[in-house]
Amino acid sequence: MLKTFKIGGVHPEPNKISAGKKIVTAALPKQAVFPLSQHIGAPAVPCVQRGDTVLVGTRIADPVGFVSAAIHSSVSGKVAKIDTVVDTSGFRKPAIFIDVEGDKWESDIDRSDTLILQCTISQQEIFDRIKNAGIVGLGGACFPTHVKLMPPKDCKIDTLIINAAECEPFLTADHRLMLEYPDQIIVGIRIMLKALGIEYAVIGIEENKPDAIALMRAKTSMVSGMEVVPLKMKYPQGGEKQLIEAVTGRRVPPPPALPVSVGCVVQNIGTVFAVYEAVQKRKPLIERIVTVTGKSVQNPSNLKVRLGTPISQLIEAAGGLPEDTSKIVSGGPMMGRPLLGTDVPVVKGTSGILMIPESDAVRHKERTCIRCGKCITACPMGLEPYLLAVASEMEDWERAEENWIMSCIECGCCQSTCPSRRPLLDWVRLAKSRVNDIIRARNTKI
Amino acid sequence: MAEKLYISTSPHIHSGDTIERNMRWVIIALMPALVASFIVFGLGALIVTATSVAFCLLFEWLIAKFLLKIKDTTISDGSAVITGILLAFNLPSNIPIYMIAMGALIAIGVGKMAFGGLGKNPFNPALVGRVFLLISFPAAMTSWPVPHQFMAYTDAVTGATPLSLMSLIAGGDASVAAQLPGLSSLFLGTTGGCLGEVSVLALLLGLVILLWRKVITWHIPISILATVAVLTGIMWFVNPVLYVNPLYHLCTGGLMLGAIFMATDYVTSPMTTKGMVWYGIGIGFLTVLIRYFGSYPEGMSFAILIMNGVTPLINNWCKPKRFGKIAK
Amino acid sequence: MLPILTAILVLGVIGLILGIVLYVVARKFAVDTDPRVEQIIEILPGANCGGCGLPGCAAFAEACVKRDSMEGLNCPASSSEVMQQIAAITGRAVQELTPKVAVVRCNGSCENRPRVNNYDGASRCVIAAMQTGGETGCFYGCLGCGDCVTVCKFDAIHMNPETGLPEVDQEKCTACGVCVKACPRGIIELRNKNKLDRRIYVSCVNKDKGPVAKKACAVACIGCGKCVKVCSFDAITLENNLAYIDFEKCRLCRKCIDECPQNSIWAVNFPPKRVVTPAAETTLEPVKESVEQDKQDN
Repeated sequence: MLKTFKIGGVHPEPNKISAGKKIVTAALPKQAVFPLSQHIGAPAVPCVQRGDTVLVGTRIADPVGFVSAAIHSSVSGKVAKIDTVVDTSGFRKPAIFIDVEGDKWESDIDRSDTLILQCTISQQEIFDRIKNAGIVGLGGACFPTHVKLMPPKDCKIDTLIINAAECEPFLTADHRLMLEYPDQIIVGIRIMLKALGIEYAVIGIEENKPDAIALMRAKTSMVSGMEVVPLKMKYPQGGEKQLIEAVTGRRVPPPPALPVSVGCVVQNIGTVFAVYEAVQKRKPLIERIVTVTGKSVQNPSNLKVRLGTPISQLIEAAGGLPEDTSKIVSGGPMMGRPLLGTDVPVVKGTSGILMIPESDAVRHKERTCIRCGKCITACPMGLEPYLLAVASEMEDWERAEENWIMSCIECGCCQSTCPSRRPLLDWVRLAKSRVNDIIRARNTKI
Repeated sequence: MAEKLYISTSPHIHSGDTIERNMRWVIIALMPALVASFIVFGLGALIVTATSVAFCLLFEWLIAKFLLKIKDTTISDGSAVITGILLAFNLPSNIPIYMIAMGALIAIGVGKMAFGGLGKNPFNPALVGRVFLLISFPAAMTSWPVPHQFMAYTDAVTGATPLSLMSLIAGGDASVAAQLPGLSSLFLGTTGGCLGEVSVLALLLGLVILLWRKVITWHIPISILATVAVLTGIMWFVNPVLYVNPLYHLCTGGLMLGAIFMATDYVTSPMTTKGMVWYGIGIGFLTVLIRYFGSYPEGMSFAILIMNGVTPLINNWCKPKRFGKIAK
Repeated sequence: MLPILTAILVLGVIGLILGIVLYVVARKFAVDTDPRVEQIIEILPGANCGGCGLPGCAAFAEACVKRDSMEGLNCPASSSEVMQQIAAITGRAVQELTPKVAVVRCNGSCENRPRVNNYDGASRCVIAAMQTGGETGCFYGCLGCGDCVTVCKFDAIHMNPETGLPEVDQEKCTACGVCVKACPRGIIELRNKNKLDRRIYVSCVNKDKGPVAKKACAVACIGCGKCVKVCSFDAITLENNLAYIDFEKCRLCRKCIDECPQNSIWAVNFPPKRVVTPAAETTLEPVKESVEQDKQDN
């Protein structure tokens, strides 16, 4: 019996059509665009201005406060302007535009492929390298990694969980990373264990990646303190709380509690690789693996992309935009963000670009709730989406809060199963935002 | 890029489930019982079912179009057809057409549309119609044709049903015990009763279809049947002369029909599995109570309607298990 | 005969007893209310629109009677006669409010502001505004889902299906302010009604730089500042690439309208002028809202 989470979950078609495609390095863009907010926390502030020359790896924006991240140029060239761009959030945000000239790197970055096994630097030095490299969670949430690796002193951490579930359909970036860079990942895990000061790490991998499970098992058997746990294929297995439950059996209490309160720290496997590169190769976060895919895509690929590359370029590399595309999503089909156009730049959280045909993307007309209860069966957090949606429509924020709306992880399971095609998550998101404001106002009063 | 992009937020895909798909499988699951009713009751069954479905569709369309003035009426979603079939299943095969029409009018008009249409009614529409007919026309509703009169309709010969015999036995009249048909004929459906309730085998087939297609879960049917089995089992153990074997209870009357098709109606049953189990226990308990201590031989319809009324309360009390709830 | 008489008698006696019980309870547990509150509730519009800032007409009536002064208390949905009547009832002075009307400051119709994408989420402006910049290149303009229409209790605002914009019926609008609060983008504003219901305003809330705004909408304000220069009453200010006309200072001279190269400034209920301002660098004709037909003076 494979381990999994017990409440809720759905089984969308995995569609891992790019799983067998080796990672290919994408071409450099002509102009790279860096939105200043590519992470959770305060947006970074530029530390370059128009006309400045930058190299690959030059810091171009500084973090603001503790929960923030630095941004580095992924290209060499001249800063063209500091302006606004419509990014993956669907809004116009400030960004740094750099015209690309050549491909010159900062001199302290080790560009060789040699595997560096040993990590002899101190814990503090590890934090500093990760922080200065601007590493954030690459699973999509983009939480600054150095903050996650510095849990509050009163929290007893005993397990580092590596999220290699990749439960979203279509996405295969993490899968390819495991197959092609397993040794680097092991070193990255060791670095993170050292940073946290603990001895035990678990890698959770969904059963639909048997080659990755076998390979990682072989690698972890050669080191101590690391284990691979295969997981049942079920969405959202890669959700932080669901993963912790599946791997350790512990359940994270409702917000404001965090995984640290059950002794766990969860990191995406892509972040682990970035940490290896930052600590061992002094390479800041300037590129990532992006899966470009879709049912009608000619050449679904896993591309190693420099941050700031326009998505239009990636779509070209995958064979061009299919004729029947009616929705382009950054991320996976269950939680990804819809794009308003193809001029959007790749940012740290862009795990995939999915082109969805009309037949799959079109939303049917909304009907009345038939009280079938399928949304409750699907919800992995044990909520009642139909009730939360109605409370939101009636603006009954108290009722929404009483029914645990702040526990919602916005996974989309409820809306994807509703036979009446009700936009449950649209309403729940509205209520969450209002309830959040109410809670915040309540806390500041106290 | 040729066309405009959709820009609504996640999720961007769907399982493909629709209201129509669920209704379609309920209708398919009702087919074995429908075929059984034709075999057992012949022409009468055909006329009653067709009339009921036709009137239900007609009334829903008329009310939606002219009273509620809705542009797109919902008769194509299949719910009116199901109400029609289930109403028919609750009627004897010799019931005249005007009564069926009145039953359909009350079922759809009062039981469903008066509350706002699909999804808004608190009580099962088919049962509302059935109970209305039972109270308005008690004689017609409690005279059941003897099975296998294929060309008979309102002129069919009537006789006692197993359930009426069982209530006589419980009342102290042990002499009718010999008239009680065997369990196998009850199971297959060669006895008298309402259209849909006679063939337990056909109904169980329908249950399998519903479970297989994930239209319903096991919680409601099993909790109803288990509760009835346990309660009647206890009573049979205490006094086997007055109270018959629990298997007789499971195979007679509208119990199987109610447990599988009527109590599991989405709109009127609780939303969480915990709530469904309590709902089922309540229905089972009330059915046995009415069967043995009430003046009607059949208690299922009333039991379900009463528990339909309790459903909102059950929904409030029985919340799903919340992730991360700290046990006090 | 006897059973019928008995039934009537018994029911009659029960009814009588219950009636007496109800009467006694109503007198004994009666809440002392000031009769003036009831009087005020009678004359108020009864829409419970919340324009006064209080939860409903009953609360407003109570506040009128209970509070020491009528300061800050005004029902925008009532006429001034009603407010005078309330003043008479409470025996206090009532402030005179200048009549206002809701103004939709966006002219991004389907013709002026092409829809480049398709928003197919839940049809609520607050939800759309949270999720996305919108279906057009202008991320400040009207989203068209009609939250303002839904909240209006006076039937004074409706969506025009051709333009995709809401239109205010100035006769019905009471300037209660609920539509202003409902609009997540702050497009609707309460502006002075003025004599003859005339008003002039910049029909745009786009704060993007000029070229970006113009690319998205043919009649967007590009923040060029020409209107600011020509206004002799200092009524126009420019901030964040957007011009704003202060309705207290505006003298309705219409000089700014001639200056605006984008036709962003609207004059409502004026007689038509001889010379029509050409729309600059665009072949798109800005579409006039049907409510703003230029009225002739009688």
